Parts: sequence; structure tokens; C-alpha cells
Amino acid sequence: METFLQIYNETYKILLLLVPILVSVALIVWFDRRVWGFVQKRKGPNVVGPFGLFQTLADALKYIFKEIIIPASANKIVFILAPIITMTLALSAWAVIPLSDKMVISDINVGILYIFAISSLSVYGIIMGGWASNSKYPFLGAIRSAAQMVSYEVSIGIIIINVLLCVGSLNLKDIVMAQQNLWFVVPLFPMFVVFFISALAETNRPPFDLPEAEAELVAGYQTEYSGMMYAMFWLGEYANILLLCALGSILFLGGWLSPVDIYPLNAIPGIFWMIFKILILFFMFALIKAIVPRYRYDQLMRLGWKIFLPFSLIYVVLTASFLVYFDLLPK
Amino acid sequence: MIAHALFFYFFSIIAIVSAIFVIVSRNTVHAVFFLILDFISIACLFIMIGAEFLGMMMLIVYVGAVAVLFLFVVMLMNVTEQKLSWFRGTKKTGHIPVGLIIGTVILLELIVIVGGWKYRDSFAETEFLSFNSEFTNTHMIGNVMYTDFIHLFQISGIILLLAMIGAIVLTYRKREGVKTQSYIKQISREREDSVQLKDVEFDKGVKLDD
Repeated sequence: METFLQIYNETYKILLLLVPILVSVALIVWFDRRVWGFVQKRKGPNVVGPFGLFQTLADALKYIFKEIIIPASANKIVFILAPIITMTLALSAWAVIPLSDKMVISDINVGILYIFAISSLSVYGIIMGGWASNSKYPFLGAIRSAAQMVSYEVSIGIIIINVLLCVGSLNLKDIVMAQQNLWFVVPLFPMFVVFFISALAETNRPPFDLPEAEAELVAGYQTEYSGMMYAMFWLGEYANILLLCALGSILFLGGWLSPVDIYPLNAIPGIFWMIFKILILFFMFALIKAIVPRYRYDQLMRLGWKIFLPFSLIYVVLTASFLVYFDLLPK
Repeated sequence: MIAHALFFYFFSIIAIVSAIFVIVSRNTVHAVFFLILDFISIACLFIMIGAEFLGMMMLIVYVGAVAVLFLFVVMLMNVTEQKLSWFRGTKKTGHIPVGLIIGTVILLELIVIVGGWKYRDSFAETEFLSFNSEFTNTHMIGNVMYTDFIHLFQISGIILLLAMIGAIVLTYRKREGVKTQSYIKQISREREDSVQLKDVEFDKGVKLDD
């Protein structure tokens, strides 16, 4: 009986996290298109519902009622598995994200490694989709994205090492609590910039959206997908973007902590600050989509391996020496 | 406790079955997918015995990096449908004897290792390691690896570096007549160098000096 109660409780908690995330993914897509429109002096989606808020809902309905077409020469099992894997991985990483000091589903010791592992797995959704479609454009997109995501994971890993040196724990709550006096964005500002750009590359956002570059590859790995399966790729992609925004705010912007620890600000519940920071980071993602042209592939690789990797390695050495010299290493 | 055992058998059965399918499946890309599934279930087993750091490292290093490159190579080599002709006895291949020899050697080595483990009291000098339950296993691994075993750790790093350089030396070819782009030139290009504004007379056209 007790086990059932526990299972019930956990399911309840998981639903309470996942449903808002899915809803906010829908809203964030609207927000993204709206910002994109305003930057380019257009209106963006503004017809369905107040301010066009229900546009994504209408799109989702359209996807649901569309026919799912599986190409005759596709590898059917892998073709169907690919969007499922993408979406499952993007949502399962949220299990360890602390939205405030009490709101976390699973408070594990190696939280940051878990997120890193899940985000390195998410490349499989794209590779499987591209390969199983058995067609030129998706395959090229999959190959591109595999190389791109592996390259930028390396620099994200080293940036995380920088933060971990200052924290001394792999637990996400500890990482946030270590920033009570000073957010890591101040001492590690160059790393924050590198993290942000790597996050763009990791989630295949413009200017690094080469796996789905429409001018070259039609729609990259999604070319053969239609209906709900395409929508699942899409949901997974945006859930991943939100996840990296959340990770950025936990690592550098103090998570659920208020900017300064004074009365009216620290009375606001932590989840508000967390959502606010995620939204700010996402706003920057959306702006960059609108204003930056796409990188060429060799430029992308050069940026990852020849600039970000050495730079973040040097910064690891600098941070470590600084901490050792001034005896600030966390015990 | 029962739930623990159930999960253990669940993951181990997946691990063993997918390991078998790695060998059996005809499609090499499917074989790599099964290998990934095997890695993931092994990582789950690691986490279940409380070695969460090792489990996560398994996921990050093997699944997130090594297997991706594996998949990359297999997909690019285009060997998707492997013919199982030797199995049906229609074609002779030289793979089987070599594979059998390697398999036997590995089996013998495993027997030696397991035997050494069973019949010696201390396999490695581990008595001086003090286990403190206050620390997480990430702390413990770091403590041991960077203090007592620092030399072994560094030597393994150097071996990996050598292997990497060796691979690059083996595959690097200097090709003649390849056009490369100079980033310095591209970045330092100014508007004045590349754009000229001219007043064009009607019906005359313009002659550029070059």
C-alpha cells in the first residue's frame, strides 16, 4: 500500500512539472515568433486568441489532424522511434532542475552530470531520424548535427568544470546556494558568453541551425517527417532550449535566488525568479535568431574547436590557480 | 528490496539481450543502436549499485561521444546490409578463424582475471584507502585518483594523447592544390576594399579598373 502511495505521489509530482513545461513550450514558441516578428518590423502571429496567444495551439491541432506519412523506403521502427526519443530525453532532463529550493523532483548528487548526459544523448534523436528517412537531405542534416553537437558538448563540459571548481559539488541545489553572495556571471563572465553561444549550437538554434538549414537542406533531418511526428521533434527541440536556459540560469545567474537579498525582493517566491531568468535567457535566444546570419559549417567547427575549447581550458587553469592562490577552494 | 531486484533483473536482461543482438543483427547500424542500449543499461546498473558518478560518466563518454562517432563511421561506410553468406555456407571468408582466435584469447584472459581475483586476498594495494560514508563517491574517486594514483592517471592520459597523435599522423595527408580560406583576410576585409560607388551615366555603362 505504501509503495502505491509513493508511486501515486511521484506521478503527481511529475505531472505537475511536465504539464506546465509542455504548456510553456507552446507559449514560448509563440513568444519566439513574436519577438522574431517585432525585430523584423512585422507583427508576427496575432490573429488566433488575444495577441495570437493560441496560435501554437492551433498549429498543434493542425499537426494532430494531419496524416503521418512514413516513406516507403524508410527504416520504419527507427523512423518512428526518433521523435519519441527526442521528446522523451528533452522532458526527462527536467527531473533534476530545481525550480526553487523545494521544488525539485529528484535531488540527486550528480545532477549536473545527469543533465549533461541527457543532453549528449539527445543527438541520437536527430541521427536516427536522419538515417532512418533513407534520403539525402535528412542524412546530411543528421551527419552535420552529430559533428556539431559532439564538438560543442566538449566546450560546455569544460565550462561546467569552471563552475564546479567554484562550488565543490555536482548537486544543482548546491550550485545555486554557492551563489548567495555573488552570482557566477560576475567572476566567470567570459564563460557565460561562451556557454550561451555553445548552448545555441547545442540546441541547433540560429546562427548554428545547420542541421536544418532550409537554404541548403530543405529542413534537414525533419524533411521526411509530417504530422504529429514532426510536432514531437519540434516540442523536443523547444523543451531542450528551455532546459539549456534553465541550466544557464542555475549555473551563472543564481537560479531561484533574488538579485539582491533585501526585503521586497527576497519575499517573492523563488520560482518566480527562476522563470524570470529563464525567460530573459530565452529572449536573448529569440533575438539572436532574428538578427544573426547563419554560420558556414567550417566556421562553426573552427569556432568550437579552435577558439572556445582552448579559451575555456585556459579559463579553467586561471580559475583553479586563482582559487588555490587565495585559498578560496570550497572545502 | 523486491523493487530493487526487479529493476536489477530488468536492466541486466536488457543488457544481455542487446549484447547478443549487437552480434546477431544483420544491419550494422542496428548493431550500433543495440550497443548503445547495452551501454545505457550498464550505466543504469552502475547507478543501482550506488556508483552514480561512474554511471553518468559511462553515459557521457561512451554513449554521448564514442558511440556517436561509431555510428558516424558505420553510416558513412555504407555497410548497412551485411550478407550473412558465410553463415549459410555459401561463401568462404577468413574472418571466422581470426575471430575465433581473438575470442579464445579474451576468454582465457577473463578466466585468469577472475581466478586471480578469487584466489588472492588483496588484488591491489587498497588497504590504505579509507572509506568515509560522509563523502559522495564523486569525492572519493577524486580523492584517490588525484593523490594516490596520480602517476597512473597521468600515464594513462599520456597514452591516450599518443594514440590521438598516432591516429592523426596515420591519416593526415598533405594534399596539393587545395583552396583554403584565410580567416584573417576574411575578417579584416573592410568596406573600402570591396565596394566602389560610381555615378553611372545613362546608356553608357561603367568600366571597372582591374
